[in-house]
Amino acid sequence: MPTKKDDVYGDHISHKFNDELMDLKTEFLKMGGMVEAQVENAIQALMDGDGHLAEETRAKDKRVDQMEMDIDEEATLIIARRQPTARDLRLVISVIKMVADLERVGDEAKKIAKLAIKLAEEGQAPRGYVEVRHIGTHVLSMLHDALDAFARLDSEQALRIMKEDKRVDEEYQAAARTLLTFMMEDTRNISRCMSVMWVLRALERVGDHACNIAENVIFMVKGEDVRHTPVEEAERVVGR
Amino acid sequence: MNTMNSSITSEASPQDEATVPVPESKPTDTVIEEGKTVGKPYSDDAKFKLRDVEVFYGESRAIKKISLDIARNEVIAFIGPSGCGKSTFLRCLNRMNDSIDICRVKGSLQLDDQDIYDSKRDVVELRARVGMVFQKPNPFPKSIYDNVAYGPRIHGLANRKSDLDEIVENSLRKAGLWEEVKDRLDATATGMSGGQQQRLCIARAIAVSPEVVLMDEPCSALDPIATAKVEELIAELSESYTIVIVTHSMQQAARVSHRTAYFHLGHLVEVNETNKVFTSPEHELTESYITGRFG
Repeated sequence: MPTKKDDVYGDHISHKFNDELMDLKTEFLKMGGMVEAQVENAIQALMDGDGHLAEETRAKDKRVDQMEMDIDEEATLIIARRQPTARDLRLVISVIKMVADLERVGDEAKKIAKLAIKLAEEGQAPRGYVEVRHIGTHVLSMLHDALDAFARLDSEQALRIMKEDKRVDEEYQAAARTLLTFMMEDTRNISRCMSVMWVLRALERVGDHACNIAENVIFMVKGEDVRHTPVEEAERVVGR
Repeated sequence: MNTMNSSITSEASPQDEATVPVPESKPTDTVIEEGKTVGKPYSDDAKFKLRDVEVFYGESRAIKKISLDIARNEVIAFIGPSGCGKSTFLRCLNRMNDSIDICRVKGSLQLDDQDIYDSKRDVVELRARVGMVFQKPNPFPKSIYDNVAYGPRIHGLANRKSDLDEIVENSLRKAGLWEEVKDRLDATATGMSGGQQQRLCIARAIAVSPEVVLMDEPCSALDPIATAKVEELIAELSESYTIVIVTHSMQQAARVSHRTAYFHLGHLVEVNETNKVFTSPEHELTESYITGRFG
């Protein structure tokens, strides 16, 4: 975690303002860490057929929701009190948006946990778990890197995550095809394969949210909005 | 015409405000290259064309080679820490610095392609074209009517009483003051509230149909409601006038201006669209100042 001194948000004349921005950043990272663990646990619960861990993961989503509201409130108060400009403004605005992404990631983790409970209860030999583990690891590292890029204001790393997202989409398509073959092989597989498909879908969404966070990091650092633009455009912005 | 009449807006004597500015900003490692301004300092439709402007107070150089265009009908805000030269630079635009003996201005300053500092230039005429509003409202100790009528009278803009009445009414309307004062035009102006006095000063400045209005921190002595009214007025006036405003309130600059110019230790560091300056300024110093890191 960055200390106040070496942080670009920690050198205002007003120390109180420094504290407020640092708190916002810290709370966001804390929420990020929480959500990361949620996804990790949901996948683990699914792999191990661990209903208890899945239930625990589901329950924790409430805390994530509460954090979203707390951070939003803090950001609103900063705007009301400080009328931030330039990089401070971009931090506050980005956090408001990224917090929504984190909350959605939390929801996806909850979804996976629910499916893990269902699949554990059905207790059949798993199909498509290799894909789940593979994509799961991939999107988790994206999420981790996105939060890291935020903490270090590293726009180059953020750009790499944007590029990764394309690969996740491809992996998701391939995994969906594999599951489809399982379903065609034996119609009794359909229900379970559909559940796994939903898990994959949720993981793919986690990748999208990590990508959104990365886009916001580029906005924070470079001051240019790279959403809905080709990757080449984002490359140009980051390369400046 | 004598100097007393030389400007209807120069009642706030420049003398008492003309002490040589002492920079307050903390020393910075950032090197500013002289005459190098980032962003968009030039315009295709320039009302003022200012090139390599330098201002000296005796030996000390308060403005260091500034080049800038001020576009027709734009509102441009000058911001920067105390002593950065923004007011000094503003005062060059209608030669308000003339009355300061130790002050010298170098470089090329043109209004509509004509040299502002031409020795044959009629300063009175210049100041009628380039009006000014000061930090503290400074109405004459006369009636509301006479305050506004003063300029048109000395400039011979109205031959008949009815013409003068019309100018007074129009100016007060434009300044958003007419409804508040129409029944007491004979009342003394000094009895008005601060916000009303400032709007009266604006009415007085626009009564002589200037092309440009210079505002030197026009709201710093006003309460938020009066400030909002003056800002509203600036937006309306910008349809027909070019407005240059010096302000210490960055939020005000963000609200009222089209372009913002950031001054630092006598340099013009950055000029950009106001929207750009307040969301992602190009220069590090601009960023530090507007985000409250020094100033």
